[in-house]
Amino acid sequence: MQSNAQLEYDYSVVKLFTFTTILFGIIGMLVGVIIAFQLAFPELSNLAGEYGTFGRLRPLHTNGVAFGFTLSGIFATWYYVGQRVLKMSLKESKFLMTVAKLHFWLYFITILLAVVTLISGFTTSKEYAELEWPLDILVVIWWVLWGVSMFGMIGMRRERAIYVSVWYYMSSFLAIAMLYILNNMEIPTMFFAGDAPSSAMHSISMWAGTNDALVQWWYGHNAVAFVFTTPIIGMIYYFLPKESGQPVFSYKLSVLAFWGLMFVYLWAGGHHLIYSTVPDWMQTMGSAMSVVLILPSWGSAINMLLTMKGEWGQLQTSPVIKFMILASTFYMLSTIEGPIQAIKSVNAIAHFTDWIPGHVHDGTLGWVGFMIMASLFHMAPRMFKRELYSKKLMDNQFWLQTTGIVLYFTTMWIAGITQGMMWRAYDEYGSLLYSFIDTVEVLHPYYTLRGIGGLFYLIGFFMFAYNMYKTATSGRVLDREPANASPMAS
Amino acid sequence: MFHWLEQRPFFFAVMLFLTVAFAGFIEIVPDFTKASQPVVGKKPFTVLQLAGKQVYIKDSCNACHSQLIRPFKSETDRYGMYSLSGEYAYDRPFVWGSKRTGPDLHRVGNYRSTDWHENHMMDPQSVVPGSLMPKYPHQFTNLADIATAYANASTQKAVFGVPYDKEGMPKLGTWKEAQAEALADAKKVAADMKNQKVRDEVNAGKVPEIVALIAYLNSLK
Repeated sequence: MQSNAQLEYDYSVVKLFTFTTILFGIIGMLVGVIIAFQLAFPELSNLAGEYGTFGRLRPLHTNGVAFGFTLSGIFATWYYVGQRVLKMSLKESKFLMTVAKLHFWLYFITILLAVVTLISGFTTSKEYAELEWPLDILVVIWWVLWGVSMFGMIGMRRERAIYVSVWYYMSSFLAIAMLYILNNMEIPTMFFAGDAPSSAMHSISMWAGTNDALVQWWYGHNAVAFVFTTPIIGMIYYFLPKESGQPVFSYKLSVLAFWGLMFVYLWAGGHHLIYSTVPDWMQTMGSAMSVVLILPSWGSAINMLLTMKGEWGQLQTSPVIKFMILASTFYMLSTIEGPIQAIKSVNAIAHFTDWIPGHVHDGTLGWVGFMIMASLFHMAPRMFKRELYSKKLMDNQFWLQTTGIVLYFTTMWIAGITQGMMWRAYDEYGSLLYSFIDTVEVLHPYYTLRGIGGLFYLIGFFMFAYNMYKTATSGRVLDREPANASPMAS
Repeated sequence: MFHWLEQRPFFFAVMLFLTVAFAGFIEIVPDFTKASQPVVGKKPFTVLQLAGKQVYIKDSCNACHSQLIRPFKSETDRYGMYSLSGEYAYDRPFVWGSKRTGPDLHRVGNYRSTDWHENHMMDPQSVVPGSLMPKYPHQFTNLADIATAYANASTQKAVFGVPYDKEGMPKLGTWKEAQAEALADAKKVAADMKNQKVRDEVNAGKVPEIVALIAYLNSLK
């Protein structure tokens, strides 16, 4: 074991992933705002021929924000948090450094290729697993590289017990590996084409029909779990105590919430298939387990809120804390909303409506987006050795984006429930009261407001990007690393 | 026990994996043999229909349209009989969708015709005022990928034993035969269309995307 001399951490890979977090965040959210307005003003769908239609852009948005923005944020924070809680530096191992760099570049190339192929119409059609087979192979390669670097770093640790954050990153690595591979089992059709000049970029799923749906939502729901939830919890377990200088409220609650979440989450996938053709017991199981899921979800969230016990004054002084606390609150909102939607009778109305994207976005914009940005705000003074550029800008960004999120989910709640009720309304003679198009036209004001909400969030993201850029280039230079609260210029 | 695990990353990872994988094992494995049986009389897609399904996927129709009718009166009144598992036995991938920005399409072949689709895909608002759907003029000029549809079908036949070339089932044969068959099917669809350019293309032996797509949509019953 080494002496107490301060370890010099290496931030080169962290910086690269921070850059892509911002880059893909801008691309993914911009596309999101465009498709939001396409639903309000359909003429916008035909501005760029076949490449500008809602259908082509929607996978670009979901992949861009999930696997561009969020994964970049996860990797950036992993290489930052990992080195620190394991008490090792990437500088100490040439091998791990190479693996980490390779991880970044392969990842970066894959996402760029994803943008090109998705917009050209190469898609498997399975949500969040749209990438065609050659890209899937690339994904698997850099995912394994991430695992090598993770377990390599753990192997070199000087801290005997591994910290909670690492549990969560590890769960993300293991679960996504299993889910991604099983859901993307596909056969490239070119090998059976005979002498037909078929496309090399086409494959068909290993599973058919109902089985395919089952595997897809077992994956789809848990991509949410292990991309949008567990690594983000890993972040808050590190960054909130660090930024606030408060110890985590309860170790026992951390253990309970972690193992509970691991056991329950995968069962919940069935709630995407309620009233479909998958067996009834599975739908019921999905529904019931979704409700159970409230316990471990709120366990983590409450653990974080109680960490701030007696220190709530920090909300007034630090926008970084504010972002994290609101993130945790949105996590509680969306993990109570999800189980409600998973109850069979509620699902009958909510499924297929805009309430679902509404639910997804209070989670992703409020919880994932805020937590990633707060983490990067905390990391910036440490990796650039400069003061954060502007507190005022952070404050304005916070309120603008919060307003955006509230606009987004409230309008989608109303839109979803309105449409769900109209689909099932009968007149006094027992005929359907509304034709389908009636239930579409009524949504116009909500779609417009939702677009505006999204636009607010996007503008806030540009403010974040600008603040980060100015911090890196012209923030006041710090002579030593801040212990807790991140220093910021007013 | 948890303290012990937290100091041993290998066992921690193993425990973690088992805990996570348990649910998938219980949920997914037992059902696999049963659910994939086709309902009586279900036929696999023809090559032209598969080419149309590829267009459906390429333009992500499934981002806005479901193909899953739930067992509620309000849905069976609107779309027809609720969906059965066995109807999807040849659907690789499944295209149930998760959002109905537009209506369900699982039985659209029962109540929409070739010329309806032709007008609608060219300019949805001309058929359904107030529609949010984009226009798809490029489907009238792009050519459908019949070769890949053939590869698609022969993969299904070779790998998954989908009963092409069996008695009463769609014919596949060699690439040459399949091509001729697809073209003959395309001619039948184009005969009901009014767009002269599309008809000329089909007569010249080419299949525009719209023809394949309509063949696919008409097969959804």
